[in-house]
Amino acid sequence: MIPLSWYLILAAGLFSIGLFGVLARRNAVAILLGVELMLNAININLVAFWRYGEVSTMAGQVFTIIVFAVAAAEVAVGLALVISVYRRRNTVVAEELDLLKW
Amino acid sequence: MTAEQIIFLIVGAVTLLAGLMVVTVRNLVHAALWLVATLFGVAIVYALLNAGFIAVVQVVVYIGAIAILFIFAVMLTRRQAADTGPALNKNWWGGALMSVLTFAGLAYLLQGWSGFSKQAAAIPSGFDAVSQLGNVLTSPQGYVLPFEVASVLLLAALVGAVYLAFNKK
Amino acid sequence: MTFWNDPLKVAAEWLTGVFTGWGMNAVPAHVLVAFLGVLMLITILMVIDIFLVWIERKVVARFQDRIGPNRLGPFGLIQPFADIIKLMIKEDTTPAGADKFVYNIAPMLSMMSVLILWAVVPLAPVMLGVDLNAGILFIIAAGSIGTLSIIMAGWSSNNKFSVIGAFRQVAVMVSFEVPMLAVMLIPTIFSGSMGMNAIIQAQDIWFILLSPLAALIFLIAAIAELGRAPFDLAEGESELVSGYNIEYSGMKFGMFYAGELLHAFTFGGFWAIMFFGGYRFFGLEKVSPFLAIAIVLFKAMLGYWVIMWVKYTVLRIRIDQMLAFNWKFLTPVAFVLVMVTALMNALLRGADGWLYITGMILSNVIVAWVSLEVVRSAAKAERGRVEGVQVVEAAHH
Repeated sequence: MIPLSWYLILAAGLFSIGLFGVLARRNAVAILLGVELMLNAININLVAFWRYGEVSTMAGQVFTIIVFAVAAAEVAVGLALVISVYRRRNTVVAEELDLLKW
Repeated sequence: MTAEQIIFLIVGAVTLLAGLMVVTVRNLVHAALWLVATLFGVAIVYALLNAGFIAVVQVVVYIGAIAILFIFAVMLTRRQAADTGPALNKNWWGGALMSVLTFAGLAYLLQGWSGFSKQAAAIPSGFDAVSQLGNVLTSPQGYVLPFEVASVLLLAALVGAVYLAFNKK
Repeated sequence: MTFWNDPLKVAAEWLTGVFTGWGMNAVPAHVLVAFLGVLMLITILMVIDIFLVWIERKVVARFQDRIGPNRLGPFGLIQPFADIIKLMIKEDTTPAGADKFVYNIAPMLSMMSVLILWAVVPLAPVMLGVDLNAGILFIIAAGSIGTLSIIMAGWSSNNKFSVIGAFRQVAVMVSFEVPMLAVMLIPTIFSGSMGMNAIIQAQDIWFILLSPLAALIFLIAAIAELGRAPFDLAEGESELVSGYNIEYSGMKFGMFYAGELLHAFTFGGFWAIMFFGGYRFFGLEKVSPFLAIAIVLFKAMLGYWVIMWVKYTVLRIRIDQMLAFNWKFLTPVAFVLVMVTALMNALLRGADGWLYITGMILSNVIVAWVSLEVVRSAAKAERGRVEGVQVVEAAHH
């Protein structure tokens, strides 16, 4: 049987990799990819705690579904922002978007 | 080593490796495809945790919608088909340090917790997670309010995304 | 439990016995037997696929008032084998500048997304790959893999027409998943479960009688998902020189083509399962599982025939018309239908059989009639606007 620790370490590892992606990537879309990894790691944590806790309390799964909805909403709006920034400034490299008003 | 443990080790290793490729690969379309592989790995982990409904919803929502959205966005925000410039920015070593510290900190905190090496209790027979989920998401003593708020959030995101990306000719 | 009652289980146990007799442990023997079962299913499906090519060509010929291939073998039955040999000996080109790994993997993923669907198709009451209790969502999930494979094919071909074709096809597929998912909730409402087997077991009255509008919307959305006419703009030979397929030759194109035909047959099967009772036919399926398989395949073939009928009769629709049709008509109607069906089901749940059926049919007819009236008034307003402009222009000359 798989102890809970394995799932938690997997989630922690995936979260750290996503954090590295957010902090170290140049392209704005690639930063959003890192955010997606972090959200998936959180979801693994939630479902693992649901399974290893009291299974009849569906709070873990409900929380996971809410996180799905929030992640989808955030990706949609984030990518719309990136596309409209690209239309104005012709670049999506995060370092080059450094003016507050242009 | 039971079969379940072997499957988990393989799937976990593939997921972490694919996640690493997502954040280091230079070609962004490849990065998005590696994200699809990571999301698949996570769906298999959900299936291992007996959360079959969540696994299928993961494939439908993340791979069927979000990953495709990423691929579209990558293809629409480039001047030429090839990727130019370095993949990582100047301070990537700081990011690497932060992520290693985060992982080490999380691992240290967790292994001090008493329930860390818990084993899974057996699922009571006749337990239908899907119908339970449906009941709990629509009952007033359950989570109907967060459910409705999430749908309002999705509506707001829909309107916002359309407005932001709309090309007023 | 004899062989004729439960063939798969008997065969699996016999094979497991053979393997453990050779000295294998129980668990790897189980895994190997499951693997062999999957291999057998896929082989049977690919053989069916070959004959689907023959059926398609004969049927399209008859619709077009000609005979179709009849030279190779009796009634042209050897023709698809000749096609396969031709595809296999064709040169396997890769365009310059193409993304090799993605280019090669796309047809495999496309075929995989179709074959994976057969894991949840109930061929008989006891012959089912996996009895998922979220079978309906599994269909949508497999469709997402197909969508991904099309983007991969279009992008990696390094060809502008490919990219445009792939974008259009993916936009259509993602859009039409919404009314399809909404309408697939209607058999769920009637049967109380999302599992395929439960839906079939609940069809004492076929669901097409309880909700004909749902069956129609599912058919339209499924044809759009398949990328077949009238929704095949992405691979319309006259517009885009076969869209995401352009740079694919030889067996890779064969995989896309055969995958598309098998996909159409599979969705004919799902239409039959969800609305026409699946393997049920007035109790015949309890006689023998082989009879149940025959019934399912027969109904799937009927569904596939309807899909072919639509393809070879109706004109192609433009991409903006397709998307407008989906978002402005099909999705609102599908959502309203789900709500009305849920309401009627809650009101009439304990009622007598005939009252239930008439209530459901009446609600479907009312929803269809109201939506058509709304469309008619919108079209009238549009025509008035366009013709008003034309009248003003004519007056100016």
